[in-house]
Amino acid sequence: MTVAFKKTKGLTDKPLHYCPGCTHGIIHRLVAEVLEELEVLDKTIGVAPVGCSVFAYDYFNCDMQEAAHGRAPAVATGIKRVNPDKVVFTYQGDGDLASIGAAEIVHAAHRGEKITTIFVNNAIYGMTGGQMAPTTLVGQKATTAPYGRDEAHCGKSLKVSEMLATIDGAKFVERVSVNSPANIRKAKKAIKKAFELQLANKGFGIVEVLSTCPTNWGLSPVEAIKWLEANMIPYYPLGNLRDVEEAK
Amino acid sequence: MAKILMKGNEAIGAAAIKAGCRYFFGYPITPQNEVPEYMARELPKVGGVFLQAESEVAAINMVYGASGAGARVMTSSSSPGIALKQEGISYIAGAELPCVVVNVVRGGPGLGGIQPAQSDYYQATRGGGNGDYRMPVYAPSSIQETVDLIMGAFDVADQYRTPVMILADGMIGQMMEPIEFKEPKKRELAPKTWATTGTKDERKPNIINSLFIDPQELEDHCIRLEKKYDLIAQNECLVEEYKLEGAEIVVAAYGTTSRIVKNAIDKCAELGIKVGLIRPITLWPFPFASFEKIEDTTKAVLTVEMSTGQMIDDVKIAMNGRMPVEFYGRTGGMVPTPDAIVEKIKKIVGGEK
Repeated sequence: MTVAFKKTKGLTDKPLHYCPGCTHGIIHRLVAEVLEELEVLDKTIGVAPVGCSVFAYDYFNCDMQEAAHGRAPAVATGIKRVNPDKVVFTYQGDGDLASIGAAEIVHAAHRGEKITTIFVNNAIYGMTGGQMAPTTLVGQKATTAPYGRDEAHCGKSLKVSEMLATIDGAKFVERVSVNSPANIRKAKKAIKKAFELQLANKGFGIVEVLSTCPTNWGLSPVEAIKWLEANMIPYYPLGNLRDVEEAK
Repeated sequence: MAKILMKGNEAIGAAAIKAGCRYFFGYPITPQNEVPEYMARELPKVGGVFLQAESEVAAINMVYGASGAGARVMTSSSSPGIALKQEGISYIAGAELPCVVVNVVRGGPGLGGIQPAQSDYYQATRGGGNGDYRMPVYAPSSIQETVDLIMGAFDVADQYRTPVMILADGMIGQMMEPIEFKEPKKRELAPKTWATTGTKDERKPNIINSLFIDPQELEDHCIRLEKKYDLIAQNECLVEEYKLEGAEIVVAAYGTTSRIVKNAIDKCAELGIKVGLIRPITLWPFPFASFEKIEDTTKAVLTVEMSTGQMIDDVKIAMNGRMPVEFYGRTGGMVPTPDAIVEKIKKIVGGEK
């Protein structure tokens, strides 16, 4: 019998803990498939964040280090400087990367740290129960923005990828989404390219993945996908923001 | 080997490199800047990496990553910078990773000043970061001793998989003394099979982590750590005892302060007052046994510190009410003089408070 599709070797057998309809599972699988296809699982060290994906170290089938909230790029820097011939990636949510870890991600990019960052943006703090993130949209309700995010009070939503794309050391910056099969394929392509950039020793690469949080958005999984398409994609447009190869 | 004249901060860097440290992540702060400057200059020559981080917070997390990846790694800072590093030190202790952290102490609280002080005793010995953890803290009194302790500290860190702190002060960092680099005693060290260096398809993935959601698992982890700390307390406590026999007064002092105290002790001898010294070299583990040996004929213990009184808590625990524990301290970067210490001792001998 021909096997048309099977589970990737890049993930362990541990069942994922994510809420129904959350797209972390898809993003995990894309990263794992890419690592398997590039045949680098045996030389990869991942850095897990604080937030919903805090248990990522149990799911990826490679060496993993857990980092403090926001510090994954600094931890990854330490690992990569010791093991320059290994593949090092961070997997971070938007609370982790855009808020408390903003300095670490900016400076890892600025140094041109040869790591790959998977940045999962669901516009809210998930694990701690739906508080406002820097990426929460204006007007969007969160437990710490019960009347909706007010721009005059706490600013507009932070466009991390646009910001990082202005930094010379960032060699690959792309925003993707996992809301449809077509976009999932594009997301995988971008993730693969970011890792290939690291393997070619070119510099820092980041893929921002727009993701859903049905639980904290208070929506069904299907409604959440629709909300992402109607609200997030217009503010966080998909596409490549920086690619040194294509710039040549 | 001939002795060479070196500035304390540079000797700290040189000792670390001789001990096999090849990675240094730091952030500038006075009065320890010659440490990162030395590492920036010398580490590339031996195939190592110096990286100036964007903050102390990032620096200690780079240490965490590098240590997890199996490297001998060090960072150094001074008081407010160490305060920022405490988050990472707690994670390093929780994940059981080895590293050396140097604190060239200056006065505080807050931004404080840049002159030598000993006001980080609590921060160093009481955790500083969150949770149930301890770490060996070495308090050298000379540049030679700093060098000796650093060279041994990397082995202690590796043996017990723990962060180790060298608690120097601005005086140690900034003065120059002749030193010689001696081979530390060899320790049996296990290979770092736990390090994250890629599985090479030869083993299951390694995970470096300090998260235990199940309370029972976390309690088990903390109890296991506590047993390790008990072992360190048994095996690694260092102390210098000086003229304790028949002492009327015993002074407790550490680091550079103990050198000033020794001067005061000699002056007291000229006055016919017998004074001894207990100098903890490890602040944790604290040398309780030395204090238990103090004879009942001793009138009092005097703790002298460059702080408003922090180690005195441990001295009081050690004496357990057996005799009065007095205190003399200067702080904020002010350094006690031998004469002022002699005056304090004379008052205690004379029955004055």
